[in-house]
Amino acid sequence: MSVLLEARNIGKSFGGVQALKDVSLAIAAGEIYGLIGPNGAGKTTFFNVLTGLYPKDGGEVIFNGAPLPLGSPHEVTRAGIARTFQNIRLFANMTALENVMVGRHARTKVGVGGAVLRFSRAREEEAAIRRRAGELLYYVGIADHARKLARNLPYGDQRRLEIARALATEPKLLALDEPAAGMNATETAELKTLIEGIRADGVTVLLIEHDVKLVMGLCDRVAVLDYGEKIAEDVADVVKRDPKVIEAYLGA
Amino acid sequence: MPLPVTIERSERIRHPLREEGPGGGGPIIASVDIFLQQLINGLTLGSIYALVALGYTMVYGILGLINFAHGEVVMIGALTALAVAKMLAAAGLPAPLVLLLALAAAALVCMALGATIERVAYRPLRNAPRLAPLITAIGVSIVLQQVAMLVWGRNYHSVPQLLPAGSHEILGAQITEVQLIIMATAALTMLGLMQLVNRTKLGRAMRATAESPAIAALMGVDANRIIMLTFVIGSALGALAGVMVSANYGIAHYHMGFLLGLKAFTAAVLGGIGNLGGAMVGGLLLGVIEALGAGYIGDLTGGVLGSNYQDVFAFFVLIVVLIFRPSGLMGEKVAERA
Repeated sequence: MSVLLEARNIGKSFGGVQALKDVSLAIAAGEIYGLIGPNGAGKTTFFNVLTGLYPKDGGEVIFNGAPLPLGSPHEVTRAGIARTFQNIRLFANMTALENVMVGRHARTKVGVGGAVLRFSRAREEEAAIRRRAGELLYYVGIADHARKLARNLPYGDQRRLEIARALATEPKLLALDEPAAGMNATETAELKTLIEGIRADGVTVLLIEHDVKLVMGLCDRVAVLDYGEKIAEDVADVVKRDPKVIEAYLGA
Repeated sequence: MPLPVTIERSERIRHPLREEGPGGGGPIIASVDIFLQQLINGLTLGSIYALVALGYTMVYGILGLINFAHGEVVMIGALTALAVAKMLAAAGLPAPLVLLLALAAAALVCMALGATIERVAYRPLRNAPRLAPLITAIGVSIVLQQVAMLVWGRNYHSVPQLLPAGSHEILGAQITEVQLIIMATAALTMLGLMQLVNRTKLGRAMRATAESPAIAALMGVDANRIIMLTFVIGSALGALAGVMVSANYGIAHYHMGFLLGLKAFTAAVLGGIGNLGGAMVGGLLLGVIEALGAGYIGDLTGGVLGSNYQDVFAFFVLIVVLIFRPSGLMGEKVAERA
């Protein structure tokens, strides 16, 4: 089992608050890796550091055998990490299809100048972008909504759209920040199927989730953060019984 | 000769139909031809406002910044085109070629200028409080005006006639070739812009950056480049508008960008700043309001105020819009930003 992502001693503080303390973890290629913890434990902060949105204070991330260029979100995307957001952040006034098409930016070559002049290569590329975006909408099950503005999509479908947009960047690692938040049981079950499908298609998944049942049912391994520190990391069944984890969730 | 609007207007006031009627403060009978004439003048002026307003609204949409130097870019475009046109006309080139080359030169100069302004004056202040770039914009505007004054002097320059001088009559109103060409060119340009924004990769990147720069960057969109290109495109539209304005009025001078810029800004606010369709509608509407207002203000006030009060209308509209509908006619995006 080869390691896809290895985070070493990641630290991050906001003012006096230490949001992440020396967090180290390793995600294997092809697994679904869960990151859980009580509110404010630092899960989303870890995501934001990992995707280059927040500058880290210390540590490093090795991704796919090379240090991840955390200074630039764009480079992180190009390296092969894509993410979704806990509070959905779509381009609300663009159509679903266009949202996914923007996601192709990271993987297409013809510059914007070429697109202006409409060279035949640019036109071919545009057609390819459109086709791929359509496929991805179909893949996540919202092909019917292609022409609707993102903001007019039902909540659950907005989450799916965000996943489609992330997949458009051809990630090796898909990082999902609470994808089941606000979903009912049926939607959550469908989401589980979708995530399993994504993994089956060769994308490694990093999942932050509050829904412990979903995490335990879906993830191969789980890490638990509490007050910015990793307090456990193991297969789901072991983590579930770890007294430290139980205490973090229930106690003190 | 291109028709200076003021002369045309006084001709209309002397229109026989009106002079035969009971003079003075009688009820206003809107005769169709006068109304139509003002509508034509208004739409011509409005097409130009719309092109300039697009420059304001595109930059606002993507940066939330009012680029008050944009009017000056328009002025530089007009004066550059004029200088090039005079040079080429002296060399004996045919008029259409002179016009095209002058336009191309103006567009290139303005595009370079727009890119420079963005890079030098605004990018360093991208994360500064919003007041800072606003003041910088005014500073850039003053600098450009002064530079233009040094280069071209304080005089009004008359613009050589490069477009056909004829005119057509429709339902008693006159529409000149110049007006027709201005309206058609503006319409085509705006159509092209809409295509660019809605159908190309660049347009998608622009809209994505306007909605959320951070997320667009995460998707691989180079925000700096998109922002610079936005300035470049807006400036090219401004150059075209500058040439149109000087062709329409027959004059150009270093100070012409100020009022034009303010009015186009008004048009952008009227339509809903940040909204491309809004800038077009706002521009046309403002042009028509101004022309109709100028045409009828004499009658409405019993001759106390003349058509030289034309400029009042734009700012009256601005005040009314800001009071009653600050997000503009089509401006829901502004509401979302706020």
